[in-house]
Amino acid sequence: MEFPFTTAAYVVAAVLFILSLGGLSGQESAKRAIWYGVVGMALAVLATLVGPGGGAWWLSVILIAGGGAIGVYVAKRVQMTEMPQLVAAMHSLVGLAAVFVGYNAHIEIGRVAGIFADAGVPFPIPHEGVDTATLAAIAAVEEQFRGFAAIVAHKTQAEINVLRLELFLGVFIGAVTFTGSVIAYGKLAGKVSSAATKLPGGHMLNAGAAAVSLICLFWYFGTGGFFPLFLMTLLALFIGYHLIMGIGGADMPVVVSMLNSYSGWAAAAIGFSLSNDLLIVVGALVGSSGAILSYIMCKAMNRSFVSVILGGFGGSQGEQQAVEGEQVAIDADGVAQALEEADSVIIVPGYGMAVAQAQNNVAELTRRLRGQGKEVRFAIHPVAGRLPGHMNVLLAEAKVPYDIVLEMEEINDDFPDTDVVIVIGSNDIVNPAAQDDPNSPIAGMPVLEVWKAKNVFVSKRGQGTGYSGIENPLFFKDNTRMFYGDAKKSLDDLLQKLG
Amino acid sequence: MKIGTPKEILDGENRVAMTPDSAKMLQKLGHECMIEAGAGTKAGFLDDAYREAGVEVVDGPDALWQGADIIAKVRPPTEDEVGRLDSSKTLISHFYPGSNEELMKLASSKGATVIAMDMIPRISRAQKMDALSSMANIAGYRAVIEAGNNFGRFFTGQVTAAGKVPPAKVLVVGAGVAGLAAIGTSTSLGAITFAFDVRPEVAEQVESMGAEFVYLDFEEEQEDGSESGGYAKPSSPEFQEAQLAKFRELAPDMDIVITTALIPNREAPELWTEDMVKAMKPGSVIVDLAAERGGNCKMTVKDERIVTENGVVIIGYTDFPSRMATQASTLYSTNIRHLMTDLTPEKDGAVNHDMEDDVIRGATIAHGGEVTFPPPPPKTKAIAAQKPKPKEKEKTPEEKRADEMAAFKQQTKNQVTLLGTGAVLMLLVGLVAPPSFLQHFIVFVLACFVGFQVIWNVAHSLHTPLMAVTNAISSIIILGALMQIGSGSFLVILLAALSVFMAGINIFGGFLVTRRMLAMFQKS
Repeated sequence: MEFPFTTAAYVVAAVLFILSLGGLSGQESAKRAIWYGVVGMALAVLATLVGPGGGAWWLSVILIAGGGAIGVYVAKRVQMTEMPQLVAAMHSLVGLAAVFVGYNAHIEIGRVAGIFADAGVPFPIPHEGVDTATLAAIAAVEEQFRGFAAIVAHKTQAEINVLRLELFLGVFIGAVTFTGSVIAYGKLAGKVSSAATKLPGGHMLNAGAAAVSLICLFWYFGTGGFFPLFLMTLLALFIGYHLIMGIGGADMPVVVSMLNSYSGWAAAAIGFSLSNDLLIVVGALVGSSGAILSYIMCKAMNRSFVSVILGGFGGSQGEQQAVEGEQVAIDADGVAQALEEADSVIIVPGYGMAVAQAQNNVAELTRRLRGQGKEVRFAIHPVAGRLPGHMNVLLAEAKVPYDIVLEMEEINDDFPDTDVVIVIGSNDIVNPAAQDDPNSPIAGMPVLEVWKAKNVFVSKRGQGTGYSGIENPLFFKDNTRMFYGDAKKSLDDLLQKLG
Repeated sequence: MKIGTPKEILDGENRVAMTPDSAKMLQKLGHECMIEAGAGTKAGFLDDAYREAGVEVVDGPDALWQGADIIAKVRPPTEDEVGRLDSSKTLISHFYPGSNEELMKLASSKGATVIAMDMIPRISRAQKMDALSSMANIAGYRAVIEAGNNFGRFFTGQVTAAGKVPPAKVLVVGAGVAGLAAIGTSTSLGAITFAFDVRPEVAEQVESMGAEFVYLDFEEEQEDGSESGGYAKPSSPEFQEAQLAKFRELAPDMDIVITTALIPNREAPELWTEDMVKAMKPGSVIVDLAAERGGNCKMTVKDERIVTENGVVIIGYTDFPSRMATQASTLYSTNIRHLMTDLTPEKDGAVNHDMEDDVIRGATIAHGGEVTFPPPPPKTKAIAAQKPKPKEKEKTPEEKRADEMAAFKQQTKNQVTLLGTGAVLMLLVGLVAPPSFLQHFIVFVLACFVGFQVIWNVAHSLHTPLMAVTNAISSIIILGALMQIGSGSFLVILLAALSVFMAGINIFGGFLVTRRMLAMFQKS
């Protein structure tokens, strides 16, 4: 690249981005790390503007400022419970931007080729057998290009081919990310039914679309025409839509991390086509980050990535154990009394808490109990909620100190010594069938062993089963009492009794 | 229903089965309460306090036994008292049906319902009604207090102007409910506390209370002590031998010994032999909580305090809970109140004697004119049914080594295959791709590796901020748009401008929302 300053700035920006992600290993260092990211981004944008930027300075700055204003507005307004939707929505923007940039690359190739042809010089630049006169003509034509077009103008035939491959990939991934994220946003925001729905044909449709896209790749490779690229884009948009439609609500943590990963790979592919190392580095960072998150989420559900993507829980291999006993209900009085008598309390929040917006009541309950000298802790299952770490953010918003919010591995051994466990809006992640019943669809999934505590209270809207449609034997245990009702209202009642 | 509590007849019994507080709670269940005048006086609950709580105070046992539908008391009933029952009445008290068969038959012939508080099954749901545990807790506490009362020194070590005082050494034998209570009391008074139990798995509980668990040098048999659902069971002669040897070793050092070892339905095992007593220092104290069943020390005299020839005090009282009548009454009445809560599920004052319920069935020894003792085994196991864990066969060192070797080989094989495939793929790419691509490819692969290393360290609770921040930085795609925006083609400018705009939203939105989230994480 002809802009040493820009390259140097990119190196610094890349290091800052890595530090920014690395800083997230602890709550305190994270607060500093975020600034590394901000500075890195500012540096990268500035360096591009003064370096290989395509001119149009003012336009760029105005657009960034305009977008920024919307971004700031949204970031200030968003409720913490709406975090999953926001993240999904932002993924869709990255996906769409990748598609646009990919298309631009395609158009620029055409335009550069056209200008070369007009000037009567061969394009792409042949390797050898070029006389000085032609070289001079080439140089003259190149003069007029700026930014990306200048890079394209320099490329050889092989490089142009690779460029096509790269932009094709970038557009494909970007398009899948775009519609996928839009659907994920719809599902998380409750605008699209969160049930897994598929068109007739199911995964065969996806496979077919992917196969046609592959054919388009060769077609595009051969001709460089617009139509195969366009057709592929449509197919990719369809794949994104259909893939995510087929995945149910509780698998959303995996989906969102997967889309996160895709948006990164899309950026990396675009980086290749633009010969921009910083884009490649950051795309790879984000891509691997999303991939790891997906892996962690899948592991927390004891399911393979493929089975999540293929949607829904697989059929069980045999008769599930019948659940004996009955669910015994309890009212706020009873729970309050048990809490009065308890010394140690563990609260297990789930998606139900987010839906009912009950986190502030939970925090208030925590403050009261801690005020009475009781030990209160939170147990967070990795897939609780709709986003990795969703519960942590909600509890943090309600000012629950993070050092009493523990992960599954940290707290699972403590349940036998706990007096009271309150389960708020979670179901499958506290299902003992995962350990006891080898035929259960969730067999082998790591779960919070709440049933080992002395008393378990389950705050739940009704008697229905969880997302997976599996009966939860926890609710029938002798030491379990069901505290029916909307989580927020139930906790309100409880707080009054405690007061 | 009317719940009534008579005055305890037995001499020296100070407890009472109803307190003003428990009466209030019982009334919330829809019951009426009555009490015999003066019943609570010895436990510190005056008649006026009961009246204030809305309890009807009646004079004399006759009025009470006639007026009440449910009679709750502490001690087992006398024959006379059982005689007052009829088919409309329910008696709740300790009963010891195993040794009181005649009385039980008499009660059932009267058609009365009798619930024995000492028969409440020991399942977790019934803990709140478990009078044996609540009383044992008091006994354990009081045992230490009684020992202190008879012990001429401080519990805690002190260095004073008048000289140094060594801390008392306390040995608690048997770490059941009473034993653990004794351990807790003794450690909080500052004594150096040792504890022994035949079940080595309670060592953790003992240590959590701040005492030191006395281990025997007797590996195999010690494992055996536990297979009887939480209770100790008789141990083998060899084990007893080892145990006594250990006690003999400890005896000269110990200032206070509290024995609580009881095995269900057996005479108390002899754990503290005469020669150990002789080995103890003058002024030492032994409190034998097993005195009722013959004592863990054979020199113990039931209900008495004796001093041996070498000046060791042996206390054999059996009425520890009654010595702390206020506390004991509060706990016992709460146990009764919890039982009544289970008996009146609708909270309407109507008793539903559900013989299908494990707890109620287990504790009922006479119902509907029949003797219902012993109860069938409860549907729920006493202690969370220990799953018969398939015992992993202990592997020999050679086998372990072989396993490790195999695992290592497998790992190596996997890694080599992976690396090999990767390298071949790379070479294939290198054959066709132009050099400029490969340069970028190196950057890409290295960035992936860095990404994997960095992200593994991200705290679990920060996954949402991680997603938001990666989101923000993935808008780096803005660079691509910025490079294209100055193109000559209008379409390109339009698309690039849109991209810049969207990326702008993402950058600002992503970073700001991350910052907002991170600012919320607070330490307590």
